[in-house]
Amino acid sequence: MHTQALIIGGGVTGTGLARDLALRGVRVLVVEQGDINAGASGRNHGLLHSGGRYVSTDPEAAKECHRENEILKRVAPHCIEDTGGLFVAVEGDDETYAAEFPFLCRKCGIPCLPVDPQNARDLEPSLSSRIITAYRVDDAAIDPFKISLENIAHAQKLGGTLLCNTRVVSVEKENHSIKTVRLANVYTGKETIVQPEQVINAAGPWVGKVAALAGLKIEMLYSKGTLLVTAHRVTGQVVNRLRSPGDGDILVPGGTVSLLGTTSVRIDSPDLITPTIKEVDLIVNEGSRMIPTLKGIRYIRSYAGVRPLLKMDSTLDDRSVSRGFTLLDHSCDGLENFATIPSGKLTTFRFMAEKTADLICEKLGIHAPCLTRTEPLPASSYGKWTEPALGPKHWFGNPNNDPILCECEMVPESTVNNIVRSIKEKDGNLSLQTIGLRSRVGKGACQGTLCGKRVSAFLEEGGHIKEYDGLHDIRDFLQERWTGERPVLWHGQMMQAELKEALYCGAFDLEMDG
Amino acid sequence: MMVTAMMSKDAALGCDLAVIGCGLSGMAAALFAAEKGFSTVQAGVSGGLIFASGLLDVMGNHPIEAGHGWVDPWAAIDAVSNDIPGHPYARLTPGIIKESLSKVVSFLGKNNLSYVKSGENNSELMTPLGTTKTSYYIPQTMWEGVSALKEKRPGLVVGFDELKDFSAARVARGLMGQWSGLRWRNISLKGMVKTSSLVSGDILARDMETAGNVKNLASLIRPHLKDAETVGLPAILGMKRPQEIIEKLSLELGATVFEIPTTPLSVPGLRLNEAFTQGLAEKGVKLFFPERILSWEKEDDGAFLLAMGQGPQKKWIRAEGVILATGRFWAHGLRADRDRIREPLFDLPVHQPEKKDEWHRENFLDLRGHPANRAGLEIDDQFRPLNRSGEPALEKLFAAGSILAHQDWMRMKCGSGLAISSAYAAVAAFSNMRR
Repeated sequence: MHTQALIIGGGVTGTGLARDLALRGVRVLVVEQGDINAGASGRNHGLLHSGGRYVSTDPEAAKECHRENEILKRVAPHCIEDTGGLFVAVEGDDETYAAEFPFLCRKCGIPCLPVDPQNARDLEPSLSSRIITAYRVDDAAIDPFKISLENIAHAQKLGGTLLCNTRVVSVEKENHSIKTVRLANVYTGKETIVQPEQVINAAGPWVGKVAALAGLKIEMLYSKGTLLVTAHRVTGQVVNRLRSPGDGDILVPGGTVSLLGTTSVRIDSPDLITPTIKEVDLIVNEGSRMIPTLKGIRYIRSYAGVRPLLKMDSTLDDRSVSRGFTLLDHSCDGLENFATIPSGKLTTFRFMAEKTADLICEKLGIHAPCLTRTEPLPASSYGKWTEPALGPKHWFGNPNNDPILCECEMVPESTVNNIVRSIKEKDGNLSLQTIGLRSRVGKGACQGTLCGKRVSAFLEEGGHIKEYDGLHDIRDFLQERWTGERPVLWHGQMMQAELKEALYCGAFDLEMDG
Repeated sequence: MMVTAMMSKDAALGCDLAVIGCGLSGMAAALFAAEKGFSTVQAGVSGGLIFASGLLDVMGNHPIEAGHGWVDPWAAIDAVSNDIPGHPYARLTPGIIKESLSKVVSFLGKNNLSYVKSGENNSELMTPLGTTKTSYYIPQTMWEGVSALKEKRPGLVVGFDELKDFSAARVARGLMGQWSGLRWRNISLKGMVKTSSLVSGDILARDMETAGNVKNLASLIRPHLKDAETVGLPAILGMKRPQEIIEKLSLELGATVFEIPTTPLSVPGLRLNEAFTQGLAEKGVKLFFPERILSWEKEDDGAFLLAMGQGPQKKWIRAEGVILATGRFWAHGLRADRDRIREPLFDLPVHQPEKKDEWHRENFLDLRGHPANRAGLEIDDQFRPLNRSGEPALEKLFAAGSILAHQDWMRMKCGSGLAISSAYAAVAAFSNMRR
């Protein structure tokens, strides 16, 4: 298989780059070892930064955020909820930091309005009465799954190709360039040989591994960040703690829920990371200083992501290492057609993609301007169903012949059918997890207890996959959900966990089967 | 009249025994109390039973980490009593357990719910997930499924398009590897029953009792029967007298017919609930469902004053003895705070892992089970929960069912046997104290 640009990694960077290049007329092939946003891109806050977070530590990144925030709100409004955001300091926080904040914002050109603490509490009644300072900024919530799914759908519409569950096995070089890349499907082992003109390594935390296959050394640092999902939405806007970036200091609305995080813990490997009880406790305790109800409310799960950071100066702490992006052109390492994007931020993914596409086009000798800055991102059926309220809205239109498969999130059978069809069209791997990633299935309070079984039965009944092993799929799905549930099992969620086990073990003996 | 009378402490409803909880252990305790002639009051918020599959497990798996299923539950009880001295079964004899079970089964039989077992052994049957499990007392409506599974006769599992909580494909494909002659088929009940996308098992079950519907169902199944000698259906074949429906359907089809449990809302669970509720009322038990016991006080003579209700309007019960059968987390018998597990009503000490880190294993289906599931109340031989110094917390407070420590009913498959036999022991202990 020949391609002009082989992109390794189907996260927000890889998919964004695919669309940018495709819009410039470049034939792209995206390979992803798991599913879209399976790595860091699917395990973050979903925060479209105003830039305020970085004004003291990284003014360049702050300016980039502000610029991209405005562009994305214009070109991809359907992926964004323009909530606005607040920065709040509570009694005991560093008052000098709070006092300098508006000046630092102004220096970076970031809009920042002082709000009287009482007015802030009128805006967000759950805020602590111990708020001493508050500023209003342009933060927003962005759906990272939707944006990646829409980017890749558009790239595919423009002639691009996506291979999920596909790993890079080896790289062959000849005359200072990559000649062929050997790919293998992780399930079937089926190999594909690609002759790429250009190769872009956008493998997020795994860029070092990919580079090593080409004989290059990229040293990375991994910082683990844990987040919590509340059962209900706590605030209308994004709420940031007005202090030097630390643990548990951002709360972002995510449709019907809120996301509270994060922590920053240095880890050795980006594989198999899971949230811990200790991290959850820290986040709840810190978060409740801004919003006291965060101590008493119900959380339905937790998850952990990895911040991949290029190792440059190991004396800095992980949040201070520039999150602004670096583009590594490996021409200087003796490989003319290879580049790596080692790290970055969700908010500035488009800008990273633009700069990378500029470089690739220059190498390909293509003169075409970047269009992602102005061209609206089309909405597709592929990314449509990640939106929380859409399932119920769709169902109410024609409830009579459309059974609900997931009651917590009200996902009807027709929606699951739509998703199954679009995954099949794109040759994706059908499973409870791939359906969950593209919809709200399994995301509600019961965390897959009832919907897992129903959706799996739907796949069996429709004969959607020839050799579908339903019990195996259910086991994988339950375990994936469990990893996030385990650290938040108290009060209501403990009850849910008991119901889940009473069914799958008490009534079905699933633990004893096989 | 009575309710108005209960509105103040002075006018509390008096009884010998108050049973708190309306799951299987609460129901069994109320039954045993009434049969011993005690005036009995029972209060609880329905929860447990409507999720029950209808099967009565006694003991199936021990040691759980070996994943070892026992055919002989009595040998398994012997083993668990030796290995885990704190297990509630270790305080009981097989004779007592058998006696308690047969009393409950005979009571249910008189209330139109017949149970069958295979001698003194466990039977294997299919689950709605397409796995198999063992149980001891099997509802008669499911009994043909036991022999069908054993003999692997040519069979048909029928599902309904309208009922999403049961999938014939799921059942048949799960068993595919061990039962090649099992086919599945979905049929639509459109036109036969009032259907919508929100149909649940209980609605269908009541519809099945409408005259003519069994014949209609048979005619929908008949074209798909082919070589099938046995037909499995989701457990929705009637609410009150399901066995009659099964016999009629079997006659119409010329094949044996059996029910397979569904996921909640479970019709066999609702049948259990109805049978108990009616049968206990007939025996004179005063039932308060759904009502929660909010708090308690101790009278000078040692009696309990229990406050029941919601909001400021409270009703009062005065009881000589109390049986706490409030279940675990789902039923609010135990409550998990962020850092510890507690018993919310009497604030009894709860045996539990030292740190929250140890509550649950990283793997959901870990064969060793989750340590939090062995948390619960420590008791003495009279089934009285202990206080912090290891003495009975209150002279006539007893505990029964899944709230007890050192057992994991979900993994050991001992839930019903434990619920019933511990209720029996608790009532017996109360009775002995009064003599």
